[in-house]
Amino acid sequence: MNRLTYIGLTIAAVFILTAIFAPFIATHDVTAQNLMMRYAPVSEAHWFGTDALGRDVFSRVVFGARISLEVGIIVVVVSSFIGVILGAVAGFYGGWIDKFLSGYVFNVFLAFPGLLLAIALVAFLGAGLGKLILALCIIGWVGYARVMRGQVLKVREYDFVQAARALGASNFRILFTHILPNAIQPLIVQASLGMAGAVLSEASLSFLGLGIPPPAPSWGTMIEEGRGFDILYNAPHVLFFPALAIALTVLAFNFIGDGLREYLDPKQRSR
Amino acid sequence: MKYKLLNFARQIGLLLLVVWTVISLVTLLIELVPGTPATAILGDQATTEQINNFNQKHGLDKPAFFFSYNDEGFKWHGTRNRYMDYWIGLASGDLGTSFRTERPVLDMILERYPSTIMLALASMFVAISIAVPLGVFAGTNKGTIIDNVSSFVALLGISLPTFVIGPFLVYLFAVKLRWFSPTGSANPEDIVLPAVTLGAALSAILTRMVRSSVIEELGEDYVRTARAKGLSERKVIYKHVLKNGLIPVVTILGLQLGVLLAGAIITEKIFNWQGLGLLLLDDGIGKRDYRLVQGCVLVISVTYILANSLTDLVYRWLDPRIRLS
Repeated sequence: MNRLTYIGLTIAAVFILTAIFAPFIATHDVTAQNLMMRYAPVSEAHWFGTDALGRDVFSRVVFGARISLEVGIIVVVVSSFIGVILGAVAGFYGGWIDKFLSGYVFNVFLAFPGLLLAIALVAFLGAGLGKLILALCIIGWVGYARVMRGQVLKVREYDFVQAARALGASNFRILFTHILPNAIQPLIVQASLGMAGAVLSEASLSFLGLGIPPPAPSWGTMIEEGRGFDILYNAPHVLFFPALAIALTVLAFNFIGDGLREYLDPKQRSR
Repeated sequence: MKYKLLNFARQIGLLLLVVWTVISLVTLLIELVPGTPATAILGDQATTEQINNFNQKHGLDKPAFFFSYNDEGFKWHGTRNRYMDYWIGLASGDLGTSFRTERPVLDMILERYPSTIMLALASMFVAISIAVPLGVFAGTNKGTIIDNVSSFVALLGISLPTFVIGPFLVYLFAVKLRWFSPTGSANPEDIVLPAVTLGAALSAILTRMVRSSVIEELGEDYVRTARAKGLSERKVIYKHVLKNGLIPVVTILGLQLGVLLAGAIITEKIFNWQGLGLLLLDDGIGKRDYRLVQGCVLVISVTYILANSLTDLVYRWLDPRIRLS
């Protein structure tokens, strides 16, 4: 693995530890307002300054990691689960099942711009954490399904599958105990990139006011609150720190995904 | 020939199927609204009469679909339903009437559509002018520090979301340097910041494409021939390598036009750019004008699907090897 992958892993580890130990790291209550301290600059008391309501930006960024991580992990787990099952079924059974799933269902979901579908779903369902996660899972699963289908198509031709079949193993057993464990590797790459995508989508929707409603400290919401012309002029720190946090997080998971892809696919290493 | 036609017909068939599904989804999504559109627009204090009038005016008094299934059991409603109404409207180019302004949704969308397309094309232009020189530079200097730096910059560009890049550009060029106005779409130069914001991610993707494409082409025999006949390296790269190396790049560009249209929603919000995305967000979702939301989502996704399919066809036509496979 290359150096960037290790940098990615380090940043991701810091991010995950921050999310887990947020209550111990945060210096202030995330929703505590102090109108006497609006837009206070970076200081010893407020490491990242304060926002429009005098809330501590550092503590909000720290707890924002929790929201991002929570959304990211749930979305990756749920959508990869759905994707793996549907992709595996399509690749393994082939025939009309594959024609229907990969020829029609996958194509429909790929044809829809993901962010737009998420926006549309949240617009009609209403904002909220649960609905946001639902929307992101609906747009996310198809990526896993496509990768999985391709993998299963490849692995099902291997000799050990023939051997299992000759021994009289059922389709279910062949698919879940023989093919899946041997086909799952590229999914790790997809999951890492999916994590970056989910974190980004959550922040995008929150930025548009369609994600997690305030006063929850979502990074997207914090960026939205800090981007007014006057705020940028007088207190750029309100925007800067959440923006840095999200950029680093997404960058880290992209580095990891990229590094893993090269690691798992030696053909790409020479490029 | 027969096989080719069959393949083409299958492509078109799939395209129609996808469009049909998207339209159906958009039509039926409105049923998910908590409460009813009438109470969302008129408020909780609205009288039954007002609600009935509203529902009648917008055809919301009809059943949602051909049939329904609830506590009373299965019920068949026939063809007089909202789903059919929407399709009949679509067939005559009618996207319904706005719940708020009572103007035809299609008119509202057509007013904004050109600004969004203009923004998408401008950002594509930005992306190409950054990506081609940078990608060629990195590809011809493979493995050097220049290559690593440009690859890093490209990955950075992919990872930085528009809503981070946008406000930073505003901070730098509008707040600090005061070269541009922070928001709006009144003056011609107002397009610069939104176009750069929207084009940044694309330029990053393109740079990587151009780089690997150039590296691949440099290993081909015709490059050795060109060099052997004494062409300058510059000529080899710009006349031979780039010409062949740009084919996959063209495809990516076509596919990305759709992505840009969807991504424009956030950029338009940042810069208050009066396009389709802002119409969807502020007038549609913000004011709970669900008919307008339907129209915007429909137009954006159909544009996206058509751009993708068209690229696919052009690509197949450009490169016969793909046609066969």
